[in-house]
Amino acid sequence: MIIEKIMKKEVVTLTHKDTIATAIKTMRHHGIRHIPIISNNNELIGIVSDRDLREASPSTLVLEQKEHSLFKKPIKDIMTTDVITVHPLDFVEDAASIFFEHRISCLPVMRGQKLVGIVTEADVLYTYVQLTGADQPSSRIEVRVPNRSGMLSEVSALFHEKHVNISSVFVYPDLDDHYKILVFRVQTMNPMNVVETIKNRGYEILWPHQLENRK
Amino acid sequence: MKEQVFIYSHSFQSYKFHQEHPFNQLRVELTYDLLKSMNILSDEEIVSPRLATDDELALIHDRKYIDAVKRASEGKLSEEEAYNFGLGTEDTPIFPNMHEASSLLVGGTLTAVDYVMSNKALHALNLGGGLHHGFKGKASGFCIYNDSAVAIKYIQKKYDARVLYVDTDAHHGDGVQWAFYDDPTVCTLSIHETGRYLFPGTGNVTERGHGKGYGYSFNIPIDAFTEDESFLNIYRKSLQEIAEFFQPDVIITQNGADAHFLDPLTHLCSTIKIYEEIPKIAHEIAHTYCEGRWIAVGGGGYDIWRIVPRAWAHIWLTMKQHTPKGSLPQQWLEKWQPKSPVKLIPNWEDPIPLYEPIPRKKEIEEKNDMTLQKALHIIRENRPFNNHNQATESS
Repeated sequence: MIIEKIMKKEVVTLTHKDTIATAIKTMRHHGIRHIPIISNNNELIGIVSDRDLREASPSTLVLEQKEHSLFKKPIKDIMTTDVITVHPLDFVEDAASIFFEHRISCLPVMRGQKLVGIVTEADVLYTYVQLTGADQPSSRIEVRVPNRSGMLSEVSALFHEKHVNISSVFVYPDLDDHYKILVFRVQTMNPMNVVETIKNRGYEILWPHQLENRK
Repeated sequence: MKEQVFIYSHSFQSYKFHQEHPFNQLRVELTYDLLKSMNILSDEEIVSPRLATDDELALIHDRKYIDAVKRASEGKLSEEEAYNFGLGTEDTPIFPNMHEASSLLVGGTLTAVDYVMSNKALHALNLGGGLHHGFKGKASGFCIYNDSAVAIKYIQKKYDARVLYVDTDAHHGDGVQWAFYDDPTVCTLSIHETGRYLFPGTGNVTERGHGKGYGYSFNIPIDAFTEDESFLNIYRKSLQEIAEFFQPDVIITQNGADAHFLDPLTHLCSTIKIYEEIPKIAHEIAHTYCEGRWIAVGGGGYDIWRIVPRAWAHIWLTMKQHTPKGSLPQQWLEKWQPKSPVKLIPNWEDPIPLYEPIPRKKEIEEKNDMTLQKALHIIRENRPFNNHNQATESS
């Protein structure tokens, strides 16, 4: 999945001459937390976050008149100028690792000098939710397999054999690195058939977990 | 006015996917026969279900979908097209006359509704219904048409009443929840095994409704291996507090009987005890808040021999205010034992112990309690509902 597929294309922007007060109002109005700042010829020159604004705002405990003039200051005084950006063709997982490494939650998407979109932590997280298949009706099956080539193909062939459609697959490391854990979300309410088949081929099923006496 | 009616027809058996499919309406006949052999279900109390009309189905379902089911019924739906409607899958295979069979289950629930809402009976039970996974335009999880969702829309239109829908099936009542997700005049409560592992995967405590309906969907996902005490504690508290908050005119309960330890599809550890208590508490709540108006439907339940007949009989017996003890009728046991692949449980009570002690019992109870608190927080705080929507925060 590439950034272009998940980014928002209509970006709310301000210019460096706009005031802090305008930025606060704009964020409230659109329910957003980041505003890219652009120059007259549409080039990205900075970004402000709700945190930048909070830090710049006078304390609510100090209500003297002169403090209010702070709101009239231009954004360029508080904006971040070394903005981290991504390209529309970057992978979603690249954005995820940038969010994680730099502890930020929003990335302007640039094609050359031009701002073409914006992607947030929430967008990426939602992509991951879809990736797990957890937003579609499905059941979960976990299988522990030896860590060697061909295992995923062998096990997933059994789903095909039983006409069960797979919504998503994860491969987790096991504590013992001679093994891997395969997690399937499958489109069926009755996974028992395919679970039996997997078991009968000698694979270890971690879930569904059967208690003694159940059968 | 009658105290209670039992919606029943032998034709409920026509909703049959195939011989090996876990969803088996023989359960309804087994229950009917159990009650009959106790002499506690008279012919005057039995009402035949009607067929739901296309217009009634269309209260919830897309016309295109209804049309597809009809064509599937006659074997005239292509595989490709069927797949888009969730038909012809492992869960909901196509079978002859599936449209009529499914419409009868919906019609059964509508018959129950008409009896209760026009004061011809105080309570009504349709064990053929409870197909809570059916979506607007898609079959899912053994369900084609969603009888409860259609019935709720029908109640709104015809009787203008506020409905509290309570779903104790081990699977999340997703179809009904999504049908009324933005509607503040319908309140849904679903208590189910957590979707982390179990179908359909939804039913998180944070699913609370949308827009005007925010705060009117309640979900209490409980941990795998949850036992009676914790289940009942959660059910009693949540139903009591939600009914007090919502002040319904009528209660619809979905009585899936698949949270039992012996159920092959789920991982909860309740016993028959909860199926004795669930209808009792629903009955009390209906009398406290709804002048007794209570419509009960069936649902899941895949140990059709040892569990479902006893569990579902309890619903009718509660309506009749009868608590059975000891042995099941010999006549019933003798009739059905030869047909059952497993040894029937001969008593109303489960054998003790039914299973080995669960090692994480205390942890599971604590976790369920926390989930209950989270779910009810919104009404316990008694705050006005703000339409804040965390999910759509942008940039």
